[in-house]
Amino acid sequence: MSGPGTVIVGAGQAGVQVALSLREFGYSKPITIFNDEGHPPYQRPPLSKAFMLGKVGHEGMYLRNPDYFDRASISIVCDQVQTIDRVARKVIGQSGGQTEYEALVLATGSRNRTLDVPGAELNGVFSLRSLDDATALRGQLQSARDVVVIGGGFIGLEFAAVASKAGARVHVVEAAARPMARAVSPEISAYFTRRHMDRGATFAFGDTVLRIDGKDGHVVSVQTAKGGLVPADLVLIGVGIVPNSELAHAAGLATDNGIVVDEHLVTSDPSISAIGDCAIYPNVFSNSMLRVESVQNAIDHGRSVAARLMGRPSAYCAVPWFWSDQGEDKLQIAGISLVGDIGLTKGDQAGGRFSVFLFRNDSLVCVESVNRVADHMAARALLKTGRLGRLTPDTVQSETFDLKAYASKETVDA
Amino acid sequence: MEQATRERRMPAVKYIQFDGAEQTVDAPVGTSVMQAALTNGVPGILAECGGAASCATCHVYVDEAWVERCGPPGDDENDMLECTASERRPNSRLSCQIELSDELDGLIIRTPETQS
Ligand SMILES: Cc1cc2nc3c(=O)[nH]c(=O)nc-3n(C[C@H](O)[C@H](O)[C@H](O)COP(=O)(O)OP(=O)(O)OC[C@H]3O[C@@H](n4cnc5c(N)ncnc54)[C@H](O)[C@@H]3O)c2cc1C
Ligand code: FES
Repeated sequence: MSGPGTVIVGAGQAGVQVALSLREFGYSKPITIFNDEGHPPYQRPPLSKAFMLGKVGHEGMYLRNPDYFDRASISIVCDQVQTIDRVARKVIGQSGGQTEYEALVLATGSRNRTLDVPGAELNGVFSLRSLDDATALRGQLQSARDVVVIGGGFIGLEFAAVASKAGARVHVVEAAARPMARAVSPEISAYFTRRHMDRGATFAFGDTVLRIDGKDGHVVSVQTAKGGLVPADLVLIGVGIVPNSELAHAAGLATDNGIVVDEHLVTSDPSISAIGDCAIYPNVFSNSMLRVESVQNAIDHGRSVAARLMGRPSAYCAVPWFWSDQGEDKLQIAGISLVGDIGLTKGDQAGGRFSVFLFRNDSLVCVESVNRVADHMAARALLKTGRLGRLTPDTVQSETFDLKAYASKETVDA
Repeated sequence: MEQATRERRMPAVKYIQFDGAEQTVDAPVGTSVMQAALTNGVPGILAECGGAASCATCHVYVDEAWVERCGPPGDDENDMLECTASERRPNSRLSCQIELSDELDGLIIRTPETQS
């Protein structure tokens, strides 16, 4: 194993997957991953779920046992890449160290969008992206009584469920008219709003935060535009993320709300790929340039690049799927929905077991399931074979229609 | 889990790969069979969702002698198992849903040919 091999910037879900898949596929050259987080590579989803609930500790978060990487000859360098020298084909770390590459993979992920209001720097005001963020937040949650969540996205709502369970009064301030508005249908938003309210949470939609007030350096209240002054001893800001594309931009690579790549996840430089949260790529399911923030996306991107580096290129077309656990409810999404898709709800909405089928031009494109695992898995199988789109509202509407039964029948037909 | 860890009971699990390779690991009571594998670098289990019962890439076959002690899959798990990459069998389980206990000391698990 000599000469330059593959260098990966970012030891998150996507970056680590490239390394694991390369070794699995038999890659024999050196693999170096740059990790700037001060923890062995870990997964993020439990940060707002099992970890926040105290069900798992730090070790339970690791993607692999730390010495696994040694055994697989994957070298993890604890340093932040500062510069890419595309002419000399090397990266330069903060420590000054230089590492040559034959293939470079940018898996720099994203960071939380900051909220530019007075008081955002007060003690008791948190954001949630990293293990360090989650550890600090979990520490204060025990004693919190009044929690304000700014932003009703997935992470904000997952945290809200945990905070309610911990006995805090939870208030969610959301600028849009409904929660998770960018990602789910109005039907799903409505269901989850009701469920959080049943747990005692309150919501302010169409409202924004003007400032956060403190006393002796610690937050005491949040001033909103419409709702007035809300008491708070803990605030979580969850107003979305920004892709980490500055490194790529400084190296002259094309960026536009992320690092721009083609269907093979290659940047404007043929020896540099970009994957995961930081990459904007042509998505076949939305028929548009898309940046997807999900574990599935990160893992499948990683695998796709590893396969290409092993001489087996194929255009990226993995089935998109996502999950979010909020309190007792499991939301699972298969496919990609866009604003304007028409929703059809099937199942027991009041009893909390239902799916929303989303149609674009009378063709089924996305299935959102609440505690309906069978629908979710059937939708994924049908998306994989390209058959989901054959379903029309007329078919799905029928009393007797069942997606799982349809999926197994389809398999037999094929 | 905290309590279990304090008592330091470490049931053993033997993982047998599709190609016959074997590895036995000890893991604390309360750990899942999936977590015990990942922590110890046992291949054959991907666990993309990290144990949220959402991905079905932690599919395993429980040795016949242990099926009863592991218990049947829950409803959701049962539905997930319908869509595994390798064939579902009567002894199929999601390893993230099997929690290690003293009763499971000596458990034997087989990993399927593929998870994705
Ligand atoms: C709290 C939370 C809950 C989530 N829940 C879910 C869920 O339930 N389901 C789901 O599908 N997704 C979930 N996600 C999203 C999912 O975790 C991300 O989409 C996924 O982690 C993206 O992986 P990534 O490798 O692209 O980026 P990241 O995980 O962000 O990793 C990028 C890494 O690169 C590092 N880095 C950046 N620049 C440099 C540099 N110059 N040098 C060295 N290192 C660098 C970063 O510090 C980071 O460690 C959740 C995310 C969060 C934060
Ligand atoms: S780890 Fe995903 S279902 Fe078990």
